[in-house]
Amino acid sequence: MNIVVLVKHVPDATADRRFEPDLTVDRVGVDGLLSELDEYAVEQALQIKEKRADGEEVVVTALTVGPEQAAEAARKALQMGADRAVHVSDDAIAGSDALATSLVLARATERLGEGAPVDVVMCGMASTDAGLSVVPAMLAERLGLPQVTLASVVESQGDQVRIKRDTDAATEVIGGTMPLVLSVTDQSGEARYPSFKGIMAAKKKPLETWSLADIGLDASAVGLAAAYTTVEEAAARPPRAAGEMVTDQDGSSAAALADFLASKKFI
Amino acid sequence: MSEVLVLVDHVDGAVKRSTFELLTLAARLGTPAAVFIGAADAGARVAEAVRAYGAQRVHVVDDAPIKGYLVAPTAEALAQLARQVEPAAILIPSGAEGKEVAGRLSVKLDSGLITDAIDVTEDGAAVQSAFAGNYTLTGRVTKGTPIITVKPNSVAPVEAAGAGTVVPFAAHISDAARTAQIVATQPRQATGRPELTEAAIIVSGGRGTGGDFTAVEALADELGAAVGASRAAVDSGWKPHTFQVGQTGKVVSPQLYVANGISGAIQHRAGMQTSKTIVAVNKDEEAPIFELTDFGVVGDLHTVLPAVTEEIRRRRA
Repeated sequence: MNIVVLVKHVPDATADRRFEPDLTVDRVGVDGLLSELDEYAVEQALQIKEKRADGEEVVVTALTVGPEQAAEAARKALQMGADRAVHVSDDAIAGSDALATSLVLARATERLGEGAPVDVVMCGMASTDAGLSVVPAMLAERLGLPQVTLASVVESQGDQVRIKRDTDAATEVIGGTMPLVLSVTDQSGEARYPSFKGIMAAKKKPLETWSLADIGLDASAVGLAAAYTTVEEAAARPPRAAGEMVTDQDGSSAAALADFLASKKFI
Repeated sequence: MSEVLVLVDHVDGAVKRSTFELLTLAARLGTPAAVFIGAADAGARVAEAVRAYGAQRVHVVDDAPIKGYLVAPTAEALAQLARQVEPAAILIPSGAEGKEVAGRLSVKLDSGLITDAIDVTEDGAAVQSAFAGNYTLTGRVTKGTPIITVKPNSVAPVEAAGAGTVVPFAAHISDAARTAQIVATQPRQATGRPELTEAAIIVSGGRGTGGDFTAVEALADELGAAVGASRAAVDSGWKPHTFQVGQTGKVVSPQLYVANGISGAIQHRAGMQTSKTIVAVNKDEEAPIFELTDFGVVGDLHTVLPAVTEEIRRRRA
């Protein structure tokens, strides 16, 4: 069984994130890390592997796309326990939108499936930077696969997958047959920390770097110039004007707060 | 003028307010037209609702063959309809499912996609907020049919008389699209409160509640508000995950957000920073949430909230 888990290297949310002059996200000048939400995907991929440890061999491959630093995200996945990693890196990819990113991921996944077919593509629920949550759907469409998304519980047996998820109105159980694209939420279970042994073992695991040519894509198909959308303006939101502050003594603030709500016509 | 397709968000034919918001935006770009995917016999009822917000046509796709299947069939039906009517744009509600439909649709139509727009202008630009609301982006789709998902509460719905002509559309759904299926559904118990992502007012509680949401809920009910919770409150097991406001919970943008006993970690701010008016009650005057507030109260929520709830009740009496 082959599981591909998508991992993204993102700017640290606690750092001062900003845009480049060409209005793309600054991915080089800001400290980055493996997107926290992708750690849950790695964890669920590893759990499937461990649950099937007796009967069948499961290979977990971490796949990442991005500049040189993105390899750190792949390395973290290896330390957590992934078997191998692939980093698609090419200067032409910079500035790619979700459509182009999903194209790169689709071609890379297809190449990974050349030896033995890919059964599950595992994703996090969103990236912690752009946060579009559309790449899994686009990737599923490109690969012609079903998608089973936002799982809080994942169970699989043979080629059958059952997940549980919470929507606004209900808790649903969704069933699908492999191969499929699966995304998991932060409710799916705490992600493990790499152990010392894991960190040492990761150094010996294969981490391949592929260029666009390696996955049969032309540079003109990706990057800022090939984007289907443009950003015309990125304006830093003006800092909120300092609001009114009161200190409460045994409920003394009630009248002032009610006055404020009334002035805004909420009561 | 070309049609602008709006995917109707509904529960068994009862149209949600977000649909009216999308129709209002659609009128800026062309002729508003609704797309209803649901029970064919509910088409007339839906038409009645959407024509009041300017829908000239209502394309009705019978969901009998696709009910229970996720995302892919909806995207297939929309793509076929779009190829027929060649719309100026397609507007979709920005929920989890809406975004997945939009993602598949953009690949099918080879068209650009903008998600989580908070406004759409007459010339077709879409406004988004980025990095936890710290940036406002203005962008546009430059290839294909613009597909834009729009967040709830982004615009006030404007009533406008439309013809609301029902046009049945026969979609051909492939077997491949019918693969991921809902096998069981357990409806959540109705709380009688508005849906978190659609509410005009949200009152939420965090670690500072100590697990007691009584005061938070009482104020919420007095204001007709939804109840939310921080990740800390959810991780402590005080509220289910469906209540969570924040990056990994619901991203909300109500008219009024009242944060109680919530420090204002980046995780939480990412989910509520674009709220129009923000009020916070917190014991710690250094709490980062106060950087966002239009009105802040330094005090114990268990004292402040009952007092202000009582004050509002008294003024209304």
